Amino acid sequence: MIDFGYQINKGRTINLDVDRAPLKELEKVVPSFQSCIRCGSCTATCSAAQFTDFNIRKIHTKFSAGLHDELAEMLKPCMLCGKCTLVCPRGVNLRALVVNLRKILKEKEL
Amino acid sequence: MTQYFNPFVIPFTVGVLLLFGICVFKWVRWVRQFDRLQRTLLRKNILSWKFIPAIWEVVFEVLFHRKVFKRSFVLGYMHTSIALGWFLLIVVGAIEASTAIAGSHPLWVPIFFKYFGKELPHFQGELFFNFLMDLLLCFVLSGLLLAMSKRIYSQVVGMKKATKHVLFDKFTMISLWLIFPLRLIAESVTANRYHNGGFLTQSLGELIRNIFPIVSQNAFWYFETTWWLFYSLALGIFFTAMPFSRYMHILTEPFLIYFRRLGIKEDNKPTGFTKFELSACSRCGICIDNCPLFKELNITDVQSVYLLREIRYKRLKEEIANNCLMCDRCVVDCPVGLELTKIRRQTRYKKELDTAGNYKYVDDIQPFNAIGRVAYYSGCMSHLTPGIAQAMYHIFEAAGQKYWHIDAEKTICCGRPLLQQGFEQQATDLRRKNTALIRESNATMLVTSCPICYQSFKKEYKLNIPVMHHTEYIDKCLKEKKISIEKQDLKVAYHDPCELGRGCGVYKAPRNVLKKAVKLVSLKNEKDKSLCCGFNLGNTAIEKEDQKKIRDAALQNLLRKKPDIIATACPMCKKALMHGVDNQVKDVAEIVSENLQK
Repeated sequence: MIDFGYQINKGRTINLDVDRAPLKELEKVVPSFQSCIRCGSCTATCSAAQFTDFNIRKIHTKFSAGLHDELAEMLKPCMLCGKCTLVCPRGVNLRALVVNLRKILKEKEL
Repeated sequence: MTQYFNPFVIPFTVGVLLLFGICVFKWVRWVRQFDRLQRTLLRKNILSWKFIPAIWEVVFEVLFHRKVFKRSFVLGYMHTSIALGWFLLIVVGAIEASTAIAGSHPLWVPIFFKYFGKELPHFQGELFFNFLMDLLLCFVLSGLLLAMSKRIYSQVVGMKKATKHVLFDKFTMISLWLIFPLRLIAESVTANRYHNGGFLTQSLGELIRNIFPIVSQNAFWYFETTWWLFYSLALGIFFTAMPFSRYMHILTEPFLIYFRRLGIKEDNKPTGFTKFELSACSRCGICIDNCPLFKELNITDVQSVYLLREIRYKRLKEEIANNCLMCDRCVVDCPVGLELTKIRRQTRYKKELDTAGNYKYVDDIQPFNAIGRVAYYSGCMSHLTPGIAQAMYHIFEAAGQKYWHIDAEKTICCGRPLLQQGFEQQATDLRRKNTALIRESNATMLVTSCPICYQSFKKEYKLNIPVMHHTEYIDKCLKEKKISIEKQDLKVAYHDPCELGRGCGVYKAPRNVLKKAVKLVSLKNEKDKSLCCGFNLGNTAIEKEDQKKIRDAALQNLLRKKPDIIATACPMCKKALMHGVDNQVKDVAEIVSENLQK
């Protein structure tokens, strides 16, 4: 076979049938979490992201997918200044999200 | 001595002994729980002249309820008639007893004087005392009538919403209510028999004589001591329940006022002083009416009165603690002057979530040599409203002032948003870095555009240079004639940001500046009564739709006189208001910068 320099990625499996309880719990205290469209405005305006690779959108996405490892650590750089909440076009209460996410992850020891 | 004893005094006496026993036990324990700073202040100032103004304030607030009067006359009358009326009943009763009885007598005699004094020889001023005591009882009863109608329809005393009390408070309240009618009946029955009443008790006694036939009239006589026993029971029950109910405020507030005069304040952590504050809350519910969460969203269970009650009974739910804009509106209204927002913040403390060392990344920022410059801190929010920082550059240049914009590119938060949510250690980490940066720069002054940062720098930082909000700085420049502005023929309504106005008491500076630049209109709710824009960082429990409702109410207040421009002095308020209105929303700095005289 001729090698054209391309390759096909090996099939990757993400198990999405994980524990949904943390997600449900967050959605209960921060209902606006569900309206997120992953536009990334929050991350674009973030103060902490100017210094680090802190990425609230990534955290958001990982958490919705049930991928909890290292999330608690990833949340640490947030200074809660609230710019993300003001710019969010969907009205997601991101400050509440960070505070509650920190709490839920601690409670569930994730 | 035996002539001054009857078994019916026992419930009263036991109640009083229990009351003072429990109170002294509680107070001593609370004072022992003061933290070091509070204890030092107490020891240093305990015997100072501050005693005198404290007594003055106790008389005006505890007896006359001056601040309640300011709120509404009827409400003030209701509180004063019961507090002052009862106090005078005790004092005048004691004078009456010592005038009538030569030598010593047991302490309960003044309380039941009509009974124990019935067979005493006539004494000087007896008629006067009879009249005065009846007048005072009338005074108390009139207040009681108002209090009862307030429970049914709170608008009677000018309140939209009265507090919803717990069962135990209701029980104690009813025992309090019963004291005075029972006293009236007991005194009237005695007056009926011995003719020693005043205009009220004697008349009521005669009425009983005339209405009822001779048999039941005699029955009243036979049961004379029973009525006195009921009166004594009501007193005893009330006094025993008092230290555990909201009525603990009667005896705690004088101490709180005294401690406050000594300079003692709430700390970041709850201490014994907090316990004094919690018990000094009378649960009058005045904090409810003007709370934006009640007014616009009809949320009725999170206000300070409920917060304090739940903390005191140790069953506070997180939802109550978190659902508050921290706009300080209730602090302005509170007739006891409690530090409500600070107490709420204590309850939000995040314990193990409040990890240290989260913000090591800010350590990379190198200090800047700013000798002779003003340090300008625009704050995180100003990065969303860059016009404010641009305007400030313009003003600094016009004033010939060199400046250093600390957070022009990389922003370190001031730490206050973290503190408001109970992350104390993390806020301290940020404060430490900012303090080091500002100190090492050797700047002459710190000017900030964001009232949240301003309050933080003023109250939580320990900087060695003056801190000013940009409105204060502009006001100073105008007064020193470093800059001058042209007056425009525009109507402007000024929105007081919570953190700048109620938080730091800056009301004059922005108005001084605006009056020189435009025509400032007065508003229905302004200065310390201004309405929150709804986007205050204090609240994480309500969603944007609700915040918008609060904002719209603030806008309605601003638009009443049809201004051309809405002015504010906070990037957050500006951002919040501008999306809800067609008018231009501008910061004070922007208005000044546009009208600078070259």
